[in-house]
Amino acid sequence: MPEPLLEVKDLRVHFPTEDGIVKAVDGVSFAIQPGETLGVVGESGSGKSVSFLTVMGLINRKSAIVEGEVLFQGQDLLNVPKEELQAIRGNKIGMIFQDPMTSLHPFYKVGDQIAETILAHEDISKKEAGARAVDMLKRVGIPRPDERARQYPHEFSGGMRQRAMIAMALSLNPDLLIADEPTTALDVTVQAQILDLIDRLQSEFNTAVALITHDLGVVAEHCDYIQVMYAGRLVEVGTADDIYYRPMMPYTWGLLKSIPLLTAQEDRLHPIRGLPPSLIHVPEGCPFNPRCPYVFDRCHVEVPQLLPVDGFHAAACHLSLDDRKRIVQEEVLQRT
Amino acid sequence: MSTTETLATPPPAKPTVEPLVRLEGVKKHFPITRGIIFQRKVGAVHAVDGVDLEIFPGETLGLVGETGCGKSTLARVVMRLHNLTEGKLWFNGRDVSNVKGRELRDLRRDMQMVFQDPYASLNPRKTVGSIIGAPFRLHGTVPKNRVKGEVQELMELVGLNPEHYNRYPHEFSGGQRQRIGVARSLALRPKLIVCDEPVSALDVSIQAQILNLLEDLQNEFHLTYLFIAHDLSVVKHVSDRVSVMYLGKIVETAERDSLYAQPRHPYTGALMSAVPVPDPKLAKAKRRIILEGDVPSPIDPPSGCRFHPRCPRTQALAKEQGLTDEHGAPLRFVPRCHDEEPFLTDQGPGHTAACHFPLDVRIIPMDIDPEETGAPP
Ligand SMILES: Nc1ncnc2c1ncn2[C@@H]1O[C@H](COP(=O)(O)OP(=O)(O)O)[C@@H](O)[C@H]1O
Ligand SMILES: Nc1ncnc2c1ncn2[C@@H]1O[C@H](COP(=O)(O)OP(=O)(O)O)[C@@H](O)[C@H]1O
Ligand code: SF4
Ligand SMILES: [Mg+2]
Ligand SMILES: [Mg+2]
Repeated sequence: MPEPLLEVKDLRVHFPTEDGIVKAVDGVSFAIQPGETLGVVGESGSGKSVSFLTVMGLINRKSAIVEGEVLFQGQDLLNVPKEELQAIRGNKIGMIFQDPMTSLHPFYKVGDQIAETILAHEDISKKEAGARAVDMLKRVGIPRPDERARQYPHEFSGGMRQRAMIAMALSLNPDLLIADEPTTALDVTVQAQILDLIDRLQSEFNTAVALITHDLGVVAEHCDYIQVMYAGRLVEVGTADDIYYRPMMPYTWGLLKSIPLLTAQEDRLHPIRGLPPSLIHVPEGCPFNPRCPYVFDRCHVEVPQLLPVDGFHAAACHLSLDDRKRIVQEEVLQRT
Repeated sequence: MSTTETLATPPPAKPTVEPLVRLEGVKKHFPITRGIIFQRKVGAVHAVDGVDLEIFPGETLGLVGETGCGKSTLARVVMRLHNLTEGKLWFNGRDVSNVKGRELRDLRRDMQMVFQDPYASLNPRKTVGSIIGAPFRLHGTVPKNRVKGEVQELMELVGLNPEHYNRYPHEFSGGQRQRIGVARSLALRPKLIVCDEPVSALDVSIQAQILNLLEDLQNEFHLTYLFIAHDLSVVKHVSDRVSVMYLGKIVETAERDSLYAQPRHPYTGALMSAVPVPDPKLAKAKRRIILEGDVPSPIDPPSGCRFHPRCPRTQALAKEQGLTDEHGAPLRFVPRCHDEEPFLTDQGPGHTAACHFPLDVRIIPMDIDPEETGAPP
């Protein structure tokens, strides 16, 4: 195996608060290879954003206890000086968010902002940077890019702003693009445009992508590998086929059974009972145990580890593999 | 149900029952004015621009379309929260387009609304008991000393703990707050409930809980739903019939199975194609249509068919015919789509679409043989 682009080892991010310690990320390990797309799914509050904000060095270390390693091209990002981290951010790792206005400044012209980003990292003339900015806007499919470059973000529609943010994030040709719910606020038609764009730019530049979303459809269509997060932990990882056709963890089953499908007509949905836990009071043992229909005594006392199922596929559950294989056949894949 | 079956079985005969809600040529325009003291009207947002629609008793009519196409405005018109700019609205056989005062208040007992953001629609300073009980007090349908009992019964019905009567909205999770909204809407035993994106803000596992609840309540109380959502999978799950809206107009209406098996309007097809399918192999089998550009402004909607500037169908036809403009550049539409407005025409039993060149393809693969998908049998 080639050296991974990003390797996260036993990452923990805990926020001490008045009410107690929020264990937002609690022992997460994964790797991303150059050029591949990793999907990260899970419900709100499961620690998806905090994990990747930590990778980017965007978590305030004064308000959080951060442990573990974040190796990017072999260098531990948790222990590099601030200036060096800033150079890596933008230059080698780009990030896009649900709300483009977190990256775009409302008072500056879109083209100038992209040019600024380039100038901060590359020794070229202002004019060259301006031309590169226009070229990036063109590549992300913004019509009349030279005109658009001279406009302010508020003159752009939601989808166009998202494109401008992508143009900015990719202007330095990063090796890794972190996309945190980039299409959650958009209509499906615009979402399809944006995801299609990310796919195309990714193959053009061979950028690795971490796509964070709560939409199981989006990851199925766009990701090579998927990791499912629950209560600050990874509960299942695998290829898209593993997760959709051979899921081996009751939370993943719950997610798959609760979504209505366009491709079938189900009589009734099967919601997961109860609510996700507070990350201050994560249940003892398996964090999913209060909601799991298959819970047994061991689940209350021992935290299940992410154990290999087959190849890259791994899941964290105390049920025997044989039992899980049977349940998947009888209860999960039989939806209609 | 297999696909061939869907197409071969004759769909149920057109219902002979009277619709509970009927809209005819309904328009809702919002004037745009200039000037501070002497306001001049300089234009209008054509939010709803000529809608004919029927909703039958006991059914769920799904309404889908992109943001800004007029779904919420249409919902508010049906609720008579907006006055109609033009057209007629019937409820239960009665023309209610212009009812006012007491009559309007009486009408409102029969129709209630559930909103997307359960938090914004609940007064944070009122207890849950007083929020759910408000309609009783407003309409005086239940004597004061029985309100608490009735409210607790409603709470139980929607899956809330009746002992939480005195709690405040912020003490509940998003899903529970939506249950509060549903309980309040049920208080006066309405005939119609308009659900405007009721699950759009919820996580999937919670969304499923609320969808099941709405389904159970419909069965128990013979409710009629107008169910608005932008998620076509959710709409498919809940609806008996579905209407698709684009820029203030209904472009297609059909029985659920008929619509999803054979969308006729190119916009419906594009919308369906854009839905991410949570199954890697079926996703690959899906017909991909990527719409270009954004929705045009409802202030000055395009001529002819409003969808023509983005329509992949008319683009393909123009290309096939090698059409060019006066400068010799390839045309992106055929003239008919640009010049002539298409009206809703029959596309099969209970199926209408407004398109000069309706589609004849399947977009979404359904019930593909497990062998074929490679999924474990
Ligand atoms: N700065 C912070 N202080 C305290 N708690 C936080 C902070 N940032 C995030 N959290 C908490 O961490 C948990 C995980 O959040 P997040 O990573 O944003 O979830 P997701 O992206 O999966 O929706 C949540 O419970 C959230 O409230
Ligand atoms: N009260 C109002 N005044 C002016 N314009 C409005 C008003 N309500 C809605 N609109 C406009 O009408 C159009 C349709 O909006 P809406 O019905 O909310 O669409 P949807 O619910 O489908 O997203 C939009 O262009 C919106 O900006
Ligand atoms: S009428 Fe023409 S432009 Fe409109 S949807 Fe049909 S083919 Fe497309
Ligand atoms: Mg997040
Ligand atoms: Mg709306």
